[in-house]
This record gives sequence, structure tokens and C-alpha cells, in this order.
Amino acid sequence: MDASRIERSLARIAHEILERNRDLADVALVGIRTRGVVIAERLAALIREAGEAILPVGSLDITLYRDDFMRHPVGPQPLVRSTDIRFSVEGRRILLVDDVLYTGRTIRAALDALIDYGRPRSIQLVVLVDRGHRELPIKADYVGKNLPTSPVQSVQVRLREVDGLDEVMLEEGA
Amino acid sequence: MTAVAPVTALRGRHLLSIADLSPAEITLILDTADAMKEVGERTIKKVPALRGRTIVNLFFEPSTRTRTSFEIAEKRLSADTLSLAVSTSSVVKGETLLDTVDNIEAMSPDMLVVRHASSGACQQLARRCRSRIVNAGDGMHEHPTQALLDAYTMRQRKGRIDGLQVAIVGDLAHSRVLRSNLLLLRKMGASIRVTAPRPLIPAGIEALGATPCRTIEEAVDGADVVMMLRIQLERMQSLFLPSLREYFALFGLTADRMALARPDAIVMHPGPMNRGVEIASEVADGPQAVILEQVANGVAVRMAVLYLLAGGSED
Repeated sequence: MDASRIERSLARIAHEILERNRDLADVALVGIRTRGVVIAERLAALIREAGEAILPVGSLDITLYRDDFMRHPVGPQPLVRSTDIRFSVEGRRILLVDDVLYTGRTIRAALDALIDYGRPRSIQLVVLVDRGHRELPIKADYVGKNLPTSPVQSVQVRLREVDGLDEVMLEEGA
Repeated sequence: MTAVAPVTALRGRHLLSIADLSPAEITLILDTADAMKEVGERTIKKVPALRGRTIVNLFFEPSTRTRTSFEIAEKRLSADTLSLAVSTSSVVKGETLLDTVDNIEAMSPDMLVVRHASSGACQQLARRCRSRIVNAGDGMHEHPTQALLDAYTMRQRKGRIDGLQVAIVGDLAHSRVLRSNLLLLRKMGASIRVTAPRPLIPAGIEALGATPCRTIEEAVDGADVVMMLRIQLERMQSLFLPSLREYFALFGLTADRMALARPDAIVMHPGPMNRGVEIASEVADGPQAVILEQVANGVAVRMAVLYLLAGGSED
């Protein structure tokens, strides 16, 4: 996926979000660090430009909720960064945003983390790429692109704000 | 000080002394504490990061602040914790430190947080134990998490540690807080002046990077941070000080003396305070005091230390 393809996918997702959420008053975006936050910001900008609403955007760090700590007893701990959600999630409809949906474990952790902040009315999942191979019963509500992959491949999402350019690459060897 | 290349893990299995930490590792702990502080501001102040880990707090010396702080930090990380106070343990029946710890280790804890009256007790345990050891104060040697939370508080209030002028006043001879702070502040590029009555200035303190001053006025003059240390009545005989009244008259932090520091200077104290001995109440409760912030930050810093040590390293 190149820059224009990513742009079109996000525009389509923004459109679908508007279609499925008539009243945006209680909707907020929460991106999973790092690239999910960038995508959430872009979606918020697209929805703002469409003149619909200014949606609040939060960022979620799920490091402390991961389920794979105990599996690496000799590895270093992943770096913890701050979660920054400046609105109450209580009663809101949350759009949870990530770059790639794979096993579903990140989303499981993100759901736990998010629910620790309160009880949202609903959580919908937005991903730029769904590469399959789920290990948990999790499904995205909005998908930029379904990308058939094998488990030995890896999907690299690069975004301007973080990596200097926009692209999604399928690379051999995980 | 040159820029420090970031690191993502601690090299050691234990936290015994600030001497074992590099400036980059100290920065990692403080940055991780920033994220942990946010956890403490939530409605649900708990994350599952250390679920299933067992941490035993072994306090062979009295402590309110440090033990409470570690316990809260452990609970916020979802660890299973147990605190052993010496007065209710078999130590009163004559069991030695090593026997006590061997017995606790037989129950497979992951970490031991240890406070002991003997300097070097934690080192001795670290050589023997499978568990990771966190030094919560050993005799007159070190109190590394206190120095880390002090550094965190300075960084929070002053935006940096590098280049700060820090005055440390009080019982320099018996203070583990001082030793840990000197090591840390020097690694992070602060300059340090210390002062105390002559018998309480240990020989060779210059070698640790501190400039001894004759009077408190000289030490506090132009300081960004004024750190008061407790007069440790339990560790000294009367021969060190003629009287507490005289100590306050000569070395107590009063509003007049505090006026010599920079106008935006902060006042720190590791607690417990002896009001009217090392610090006047009007200063301790004044707008420049960050003493309770230190306590609040202690939880976040200890969460960071426990979390980072639980990850472990290859050795």
C-alpha cells in the first residue's frame, strides 16, 4: 500500500464511521501507541474537515496489560509509555484504533486497559490492515485493507508522522 | 554532561546501590515512573503487569513511608505481596537474617524488598538468593529508591537534574539517603554542597563529589534545591551534638536561611521530619516544600523499579 492508497482507505473508514454513527456527540477516538494514535488523529482530522464534529483523541499504552511478559523470563521489559486520555470514557462510544490486526492479543490488552478507565457505552475497532491469523475471538468493525499473509511474513506499517513516509509493506521472515 | 544514549532495560537483576546504575538506566527508571504516575491518577489504580509475581517485603527496621510506598506500588502492579515486620517474625526468637531469608526463599518468591540495619545486608542476600533483591535501606550504606524518587521530584519541579545546585544539610555521617543521593546527583550532573556540625561530616566526603561548607548560609546560598536530612537520634550518641536546640540554632532550616536560596528553590526532606530540630515548621509547611510530593512520587518510582527488575536480564 502506498501513500495514496492509505489516504483513500482512511477516507473510506472516516466515511463509514460517519455513516454508522449518526450522532457523534458521545464518540471519541482512542489510538493504540504508537501508530494507532497517528491513524486516530488522521481520522479525527478527516471527520473535522467533513464538517461533522471535532472528536476527542486519546492515546493508549498497553504495555502493562500484555500477556506475554511471563513468556520471556530472561528478556527485558518492554518500554512503558504514558496513556493520555483527557476525557472520561464513561458512557462514551469509543473507536479503538490500531495499525495492524493480527492475533488479536494487542486488542485484548487494549480492551482491558480501556475498561480500567471506566465503562464505555460501546467500543468499535478500527484497523488499517487486517492480516488474519486471529488467536482470539476479535473482529474489526472498520478495516482499511484485508491483507492475506502467512505467519512467517511481517506487515510493516510506516506513517509520515513517525517514520517520515506512508507505506504498508509485506516483508518475508517475521 | 553529554547526552545519554537511551536504554530499554536495566543490566542488573537487583537494585542494591545507585553505584550499579548508569545515567541512562537512571533516566529509564525516571521515564518509566512518569508512565506509572499516570496509573496512580486513574479511578482504577491498578494494572496487571506483575500479575502472578510474589514480592515479599522484609523490614528488619522500622519504616512507615518506605514500606507503605512499596506495598502500594506492588499492589498497583497486581503483584501478590506479603510484608514481614520484624517484631512479628521469628527474628525475635533468634533466627539469623540468612536463615530467615532461606526459609522465605523456599516458598519461591520472585522479589524481596529488604530493609536492614546492617550496611551491606542486601549485597549479602543478593549473592545467596534466587529472588531479585531491592534495597529499601541498608544501615548507613544506601537507600537507592529514595534517591531515585528525590531525583524524580527534582526533575519534575526543575525540568532537569543536570546543572542543578543542591544543598544537603543534616546528619551526613549516618545517612544512607545522603550516600545514594550523592552518587545519583553526581552521575546526573548536579553540583552538591553539604553542611553539618563538624563531627557529622564524614572524612573523604569530597571524594563523593560534595563540597563541604562551614555554615548552612554558605551551603544554601543560590541553591536550586535544599535537601534536609533527619538527625538520626537512634544512630548517634549524645557526643555528636551538644543539644538539639543548639543544632537548630546553627543548622536548622528557617525562613530567613531559605531566603538565601534561589527564589524558585524547593525544599526536600526524606522524612520522618524532626520539626524544630532540622527544619522549622513554617518552612516544612511553606510553599517551597515538596516533601509530600516526594512521598507521592515514591510510589511511581518504586513501581518503575519493580516493573523493570521483573523483566530481568541475561545474567
